[in-house]
Amino acid sequence: MSLALVLEQLLNGVQFGLMLFLMSAGLTLVFGVMGLINLAHGSLYMIGAFLCAAVAGATGSFWIGLVAGLAAAAAAGALIEIIVIRRLYDRDHLDQVLATFALILILSEGVRMIFGPFPLYLNVPDALRGTVSLGIVDYSLYRLALIGFGVAVAVGLWVLIAKTRLGIRIRAGESDREMIAALGVNIRALYTIVFALGAALAGLAGALVGAIQSVQVGMGEPVLILAFVVIVIGGIGSIKGAMVGALLVGVIDTMGRFLLPRIFATFLDTSQAMGVGAALASMLIYLLMALVLIFRPKGLFPAHG
Amino acid sequence: MDSARKEWLLNAVMAGALFAVPLWALMANEPFIITLATRIAILAIAAVGLNIALGLGGMVSFGHALYLGLGGYVAGIAAHHAFNGTPVFAGLPGTNQMLIIWGVAMVVSGALAAIVGALSLRTSGIFFIMITLAFAQMGFFFTLSWPAYGGEDGLPIFVRNQFPGLNTARPWHLFVIAYGVLILALAAFALLRAARFGAALMAIRQNPDRAAAIGISPFGIRLVAFILSGMITGLAGAMMADLTRFVSPAMMAWTMSGELIVIIILGGVGRLFGPVAGAAILVGFEVFFGGLTEHWKLWLGLVLLGVVLFARGGLIGLIAGRGQHG
Repeated sequence: MSLALVLEQLLNGVQFGLMLFLMSAGLTLVFGVMGLINLAHGSLYMIGAFLCAAVAGATGSFWIGLVAGLAAAAAAGALIEIIVIRRLYDRDHLDQVLATFALILILSEGVRMIFGPFPLYLNVPDALRGTVSLGIVDYSLYRLALIGFGVAVAVGLWVLIAKTRLGIRIRAGESDREMIAALGVNIRALYTIVFALGAALAGLAGALVGAIQSVQVGMGEPVLILAFVVIVIGGIGSIKGAMVGALLVGVIDTMGRFLLPRIFATFLDTSQAMGVGAALASMLIYLLMALVLIFRPKGLFPAHG
Repeated sequence: MDSARKEWLLNAVMAGALFAVPLWALMANEPFIITLATRIAILAIAAVGLNIALGLGGMVSFGHALYLGLGGYVAGIAAHHAFNGTPVFAGLPGTNQMLIIWGVAMVVSGALAAIVGALSLRTSGIFFIMITLAFAQMGFFFTLSWPAYGGEDGLPIFVRNQFPGLNTARPWHLFVIAYGVLILALAAFALLRAARFGAALMAIRQNPDRAAAIGISPFGIRLVAFILSGMITGLAGAMMADLTRFVSPAMMAWTMSGELIVIIILGGVGRLFGPVAGAAILVGFEVFFGGLTEHWKLWLGLVLLGVVLFARGGLIGLIAGRGQHG
């Protein structure tokens, strides 16, 4: 096990974590501002990936596809918010879980009807092909670009929330929605904007990840569950918590899968070590989440006090 | 007719229909329909279990597939070792006796529910939903990557387990077993709801602080309800494994947990026969629309969305009106 391999896995973990952050940021914003659990967030990720793959396939440009995926996810998000989600804000969590579970069924089948049952493939753009040397390790340029993208979006999101008028409204909406409505902010429009913003981030993540995975129906659900793990660990409603949680989950999951089988191999025979290591590694982040909830029931960075 | 009487009548009709339709299928030699009715009965048992936690206790467990899968694996592993003649561990033999398997499945599921419940009930609201999901995901990934019992491929049950006095290979006999257990589970639910324990549990759901103020400990009551809930769902899992003669990690998938909640909502939360109505709707929907279009899940999603947005009492609520337990 060389240092280069460990470094490569670590970078993979960071890259995975940053993509999870894009997913989790929207989820945590929507929960923080509107108090809504949105299971259909994974479907928006899927929509972003499908539109990106389809448009990139038709135009030959990954970048046009990326914009299309992002725009489609944002539009779908706004539409869903206006038609369905809006009716769920004053309902209990059970109704929200069910209605958005229903949305997953509808959106997944809808995408399957439009794009067919077979996975689409999205190629890495030419400019980002190949590897780049980072001293001791040659690393995939595209994955490195994903890290850059993730950091840039995180910074952009921070500026948006901390420095702009929209950000002030979002933060005000988190702490007291009646009050800002009374102050003359159009709260309905604000909710639609926040939901569409979260959807756009999810769509962006889907489109970016689509180039290193196959784009298929159901791709959103595993990421959705991970994003929930992230925001629960980080503290629901907290963007900072989402960032810390996403990096923790990304790195621990990737390193666990890489290291645990090797650690077990030091005292078990290889096939057994693979089995035990893989089984434990896949449970690791859920274990982490359970531990966080047991010792810090509101997550690492509780958003409200 | 008042709504309680209407609901009672509706329950009787459903109990009768669930028995009469497969009986007709037996006469008409339609084993497929008998098997469908068996599936409805077993799914309903699983949902009766969840209904204790969700309907009576207001605990939205998004991880009840864990107990369903665990019960399934108890049946699968017992049958696997009985078939091979190998011990499960340390000389303990496998078995092909349903009654023993059910007992073990309920004890094991109850024990796991005790651990999960004790940890999860420290949280509430969305955190409770997520932590129960996390525990179920742990089980899912564990069974997925643990190679001893088939891992990803699942574990087949080559010969269906035995029940004294009946031939479980025959669809009708298996249905009668499942129907009998369903009636017992419903009776247990009704007794629980009518007992002091049920009253305390519902009081805690409505207002935990007030319940605590009159001397009811929310944690203890909720935990016991959660354990009972897991035990019944685990029992259903063992029966489900015998029906399909196959266990796989998919039984623990989060979509399965979602389906169990959907069953309860479609039928009516906290209603005695809600799980039966919901399971019948879900299976009926799958068979009927699944035959018409491959995109039946789209229609299921639309119906579910409609029920959540506009018909909050589920099917029983629509027909019998809002009950006192609403």
